[in-house]
Amino acid sequence: MKKVLVVLGLFILVVLGSSSVLAQSGGELRFCLRSEPKTFNPLLAADDSSETIRYLTGGVLMRVNRLTQELEPELAESWKVTNGGKTITFQLHDGLHFSDGTAFSADDVAFTIQQLMDPALHSPTGDSFRAGEGTVETRVLPKNRVAITFPAPIAGLDRLFDQVAIMSVTSPQREMAVLGAYYVAENKAGSYILLKRNPYYWRKDPVGRPLPYIDSVHLDIQQNRDVEMLRLVRGQIDFINSIDAEYFDKVVSQDPAMAHDAGVSLDSEQIWFNQVSSSPLPSYKKAWFTSTNFRRAISEAINREDMARIVFRGHARPAVGPVSPANKFWFNSKLQSHPFDQKSALQRLAQDGFRLQGGVLRDHDGHAVEFSVITNAGNKYRERMATMIQQDLTGIGIKLNVVTLDFPSLIERITRTFDYEACLLGLVNDDLDPNSEMNVWLSSSDTHQWNPSEKTPATAWEAEIDKLMRAQASNPNPKKRKEYYDKVQEIAWQQEPFIYLVNKNALSAVSAAVHNVHPVVLRPQVYWNMDELTLGNEVARNR
Amino acid sequence: MKWARIAAIVFLLTVSAACLLADFVAPASYAHQFRDLPDAPPSRQHLLGTDDLGRDRFSRVLYGTRVSLLLAPAAALLSSLLAAFIGGIAGFAGGWLERCVMAGTDLFLSLPWLFLLITVRALMPLNVSPIISVVITFALLGCLGWAGAARVICADARALARSDFILLARASGSSGFRLLWRHLVPNLKPVLYAQFWISVPVFILTEANLGILGLGVAEPLPSWGSLLRELESFSTVTGQPWQLVPLILFIVVVSSFHLVLTKEELPA
Repeated sequence: MKKVLVVLGLFILVVLGSSSVLAQSGGELRFCLRSEPKTFNPLLAADDSSETIRYLTGGVLMRVNRLTQELEPELAESWKVTNGGKTITFQLHDGLHFSDGTAFSADDVAFTIQQLMDPALHSPTGDSFRAGEGTVETRVLPKNRVAITFPAPIAGLDRLFDQVAIMSVTSPQREMAVLGAYYVAENKAGSYILLKRNPYYWRKDPVGRPLPYIDSVHLDIQQNRDVEMLRLVRGQIDFINSIDAEYFDKVVSQDPAMAHDAGVSLDSEQIWFNQVSSSPLPSYKKAWFTSTNFRRAISEAINREDMARIVFRGHARPAVGPVSPANKFWFNSKLQSHPFDQKSALQRLAQDGFRLQGGVLRDHDGHAVEFSVITNAGNKYRERMATMIQQDLTGIGIKLNVVTLDFPSLIERITRTFDYEACLLGLVNDDLDPNSEMNVWLSSSDTHQWNPSEKTPATAWEAEIDKLMRAQASNPNPKKRKEYYDKVQEIAWQQEPFIYLVNKNALSAVSAAVHNVHPVVLRPQVYWNMDELTLGNEVARNR
Repeated sequence: MKWARIAAIVFLLTVSAACLLADFVAPASYAHQFRDLPDAPPSRQHLLGTDDLGRDRFSRVLYGTRVSLLLAPAAALLSSLLAAFIGGIAGFAGGWLERCVMAGTDLFLSLPWLFLLITVRALMPLNVSPIISVVITFALLGCLGWAGAARVICADARALARSDFILLARASGSSGFRLLWRHLVPNLKPVLYAQFWISVPVFILTEANLGILGLGVAEPLPSWGSLLRELESFSTVTGQPWQLVPLILFIVVVSSFHLVLTKEELPA
């Protein structure tokens, strides 16, 4: 009986011990930022590093759960969108405090919104909230409630608050007083940033223990990816949040348990033709690029499967359209990736009078089809993609010249001089909502890349996209919005103003010392549940 | 060190011959992508394996060496001629002309080369074939690389202009172009040769640097610059040592160029 009791006692100790390891790991988590954050003001965060600091330190009213892609309450217990999508009312949690002990109230939300919408601040986060002319009205209501009214309806309004970190109106520390899991304790410019556990953080685990479990986060500034990789292998850092396919395979070969492929991400790579009517291109080339048949033929002549397999080593998927399949709600599942079919491509070209003569494709006036594609120098993945397209297009008699330019020169050509023929670039997408793409799809927008700032839509299909994008943006009903946006995706698939090439996978590498890690496709892939991560016993003790 | 010089000459001649005969020696086109064999290790079919797009690395080394070895001396010749013309006339004329030319040369030397090259490269027309693009790149290098050599030649020409034999030539009625062409230029030849041989590896290195920045020779044409880009990622190279072959060849060729110079031709 005694033996049984001893074994039982030991068992209970082991169970309690293991749960306490998970619950109270302490220690220091380490990873690298690829550049120094440009600001600690959460409203001004635009670069990756500043956004990382904002994510780790900022408290938000509601958060998009990166795993389920659903909106979850944070500082706000509940919320309600009314007035046709113009007003949102939050019920805030009681008794919360900023990292310096200052009490959190509805006044802080009102102050943050006032700062966010201040035109003098030029907040990139605030831009998403600017709908129509007029001012934003914020009312502090009794019982810890706050109502914000915008001058025009904003579709998907609630999800935008995922990016708005609340600042204190009364704290002497201003933006350094935070409501998130950590606060900035030390900043050694160019070297590292040390975040420490916020003692006033409000979240608790299911058994009532305060979160986060890890005491501090050490963020090293490290631009060199080789060095970052070596540091991971040596155990000096705990994870690489986003890793290239080449390095990912290296991790797989060394320690497969460290490598995490969360599947296809929101990011895409695409090529587009210059369709600007005032560009300095010869008229016969303008005619090629504005032809739907020509664009679709080029699309069909590109072997996306090979591109995903060779350039991204299988960690990418042929793209379908503007929305990645990773975007569970908005992706139009009726659409399929364009097939690689050079015969069909030649048939389409023949419809426009192109013909293959001695291995050279010529238009109806006899011009040999030759054009250039520009991409940014130094991005080896894009250079490889362009080189693969170059070989693919020789199959239909087209000569493609690949030109790599330094980034400022490339931007100058695609936004000001329009002295280019085709461009290959990628789109890093953080936002699930199509509203974030309004600036790309509206024909009047200056970032409507293939033909920016049109006074009136140049084509009927662009006019249709304008109409549908505006309709989805002003409709509060998600189902109706999805219908409109599905139609936009169909038009983009048929017309191919952007020839979408691949969607890259979300790849990361995580040390076995970090527990509770569930890498996802949305940013930040690894540390989206930062307050629930724990470190193994030994690592936690040694740091 | 005579044997080393001979070995260097033999090596350079062998490499040059192999590159010139690349069309016959190379087992595949430098541009052809064997898409089923990306990053393949060395085999009988691909002696140095394949690159990340499945292109035969041995063929690319041959063609890349041809591009760099043909065009770097051409650029060096252009820059040496420009240096001889500008530096020689300035040194020979002396006075205000020399001061003006040397001020201009100093200004040229103070230009940030790399940024200038990147800017000029960005201004080039987009629709040029890779071969024309590489010729333009090396022509640019030649046009921009004369200033250092011009300073050396100017100093040498100035010393020669004040020498006794030039004084004698002047006294015997030689003047102007005849004095320059018959008396000065032959005596500047050693320093011109030295400047030429020094410039060749410098231009090879500059093109390699531009290639590493992605601004060198356009795809699919290979050059040493584009071949050396494969070595950007140290962690990838450690598992594939055959990727180091272009680097080793590059080092040996540049060293051979230096060995080719006699003691007298080497700069002080």
